[in-house]
Amino acid sequence: MNSFLDVDSIKRDFPIFQQKMRGGKSLVFLDSAATSQKPTSVMDAERNFYSTQNAAVHRGSYFLAEEASAAFEGARTKVAEFLGVSDTEVIFTKSATEGLNALAVSFERTAGDLHVGPGDEIVVSELEHHANLLPWQQLAKRTGAVLKWFESSEDGSLDLSTIDSVITDKCKVVAITHQSNVLGSIPDLVPIISAAHAVGAVFVLDGCQSIPHHPVDLKELDVDFLVFSGHKALGPTGIGVLWGRHVLLEQMEPFLYGGSMLESASMTEATWAPVPKRFEAGVPNMAQAVGMAAGLKYLQDIGLERIHAHEMALTELALTGLKEISGVTVIGPQTLNDRGSVLSFTIDDLHPHDIGQVMDQFGVAVRTGHHCAWPLIRKLGLLGTTRASFYLYNDVNDVDVFLESVTAARDYFRKK
Amino acid sequence: MDLDSLYQDVILDHYKNPHNKGVPSGNFIVHHVNPSCGDEITLSVEISDDHVTRVTWSGVGCSISQASASIMSDLVQGKKSSEAFSVLSEFTELMQSKGTLTGNEEILEDAIALSGVSKFPARVKCALLGWMAFKDAAIQNGAQA
Repeated sequence: MNSFLDVDSIKRDFPIFQQKMRGGKSLVFLDSAATSQKPTSVMDAERNFYSTQNAAVHRGSYFLAEEASAAFEGARTKVAEFLGVSDTEVIFTKSATEGLNALAVSFERTAGDLHVGPGDEIVVSELEHHANLLPWQQLAKRTGAVLKWFESSEDGSLDLSTIDSVITDKCKVVAITHQSNVLGSIPDLVPIISAAHAVGAVFVLDGCQSIPHHPVDLKELDVDFLVFSGHKALGPTGIGVLWGRHVLLEQMEPFLYGGSMLESASMTEATWAPVPKRFEAGVPNMAQAVGMAAGLKYLQDIGLERIHAHEMALTELALTGLKEISGVTVIGPQTLNDRGSVLSFTIDDLHPHDIGQVMDQFGVAVRTGHHCAWPLIRKLGLLGTTRASFYLYNDVNDVDVFLESVTAARDYFRKK
Repeated sequence: MDLDSLYQDVILDHYKNPHNKGVPSGNFIVHHVNPSCGDEITLSVEISDDHVTRVTWSGVGCSISQASASIMSDLVQGKKSSEAFSVLSEFTELMQSKGTLTGNEEILEDAIALSGVSKFPARVKCALLGWMAFKDAAIQNGAQA
């Protein structure tokens, strides 16, 4: 395999790899699609914030409050630079899930073009994580809007033959994932985004599985909103980003009311602060934002192109290896085309939990089950899958142990 | 190895050839789901003269959840309701023991084979799925604990 990264050196930046798993095994962490591990620099950034800068941002007039505000706003600037957008368009949320719920609530409350109400149409796909399905499904139920979706195909792509009936002039919002968290497939979004814009709908990109793993040009993709989470991008939990085009954010009603999001308030009325503050009620997750920025810096210092090339080289090895194990079926894309570094598979008719339990004996951490995408799993006619996902701190040895543990899982239940 | 203590032969036998698995019928059918993993069970209980006369279940899930439901159905059938609930609480206690209890074989019979599950916290809910469905259905059916 081509060596794109010095993984030995990278692993040293992640203290978790010093931990021993069951039976004293080394950790083979293949669950970065659920959450990534954290480098020391992220933990240090959080610790440093609490040790030297902690105060409630945007409130006090004292020195420390200025320091805290500068650190928090510095984190926002870092996220903006990472995404190639303006920092007034970056909203910190507690998670990507919160960002999607926020949009759904705001569209319900907002008057004008962005308003979602009775008879309007909302479009998702069968590939969606529950986080990008339920907020829209429930928005439709609350408002009398109609939820429509693109069907998924066996290879994890979307069936676009229905595009003219799925996206009609009643459509207000199209919200689709950049990469399936279950299958790793990357749907062809270009025609969907153009169709959405042609009827005046906005396009919301769930970037949880793409932003941490490869460069994404939001301008070229021409999306209107993006969410992603800090904790899948080497950052802490409790912090996510909602990005939106400024001209749209300016029209939108808040989804949370409280401190810091207002311009003026009386006992009976209030007016709203400019974006992005309008959408950041309450004292934000300051240290987590600072930690998230440190995670993004770590990714940038190594380079997302190199990280992506490294992940895909590991994915190729794992995909080839899995296909050589009889009894194993790779679910979703069968080649490296239009996929990321997430691999789902089944073994014989074994339940994924039983597979994962045997793999755990090798120190291998994989996700088992429906991966928070139950409709997709049902569509595939499965109970669940076992999923391995690769990141910058994985190496060829991890793939070897992974393949060995897959074979062992198969053999354990065959001989029993 | 720990794995063999988890996957004892009794468990895999029940998994491959589950007992009392069929189409649940009657007035007291419950459907329980383990939302974190997607395992599902549908179960019915018939109670006559304060005895559990029949448990029928269907479901999908891992070897632990399926074997445990099968073992449970064998164990409670024919018992007085109160005795069935005693077995249930004995089993629940064993599952929550984090490997510190071995269980009373006279009460738990084949279910003793599931004692290894208590060392794997993520799997305890798998083992309890069928038992909780039984409890729910039996209470709905008027069984007295």
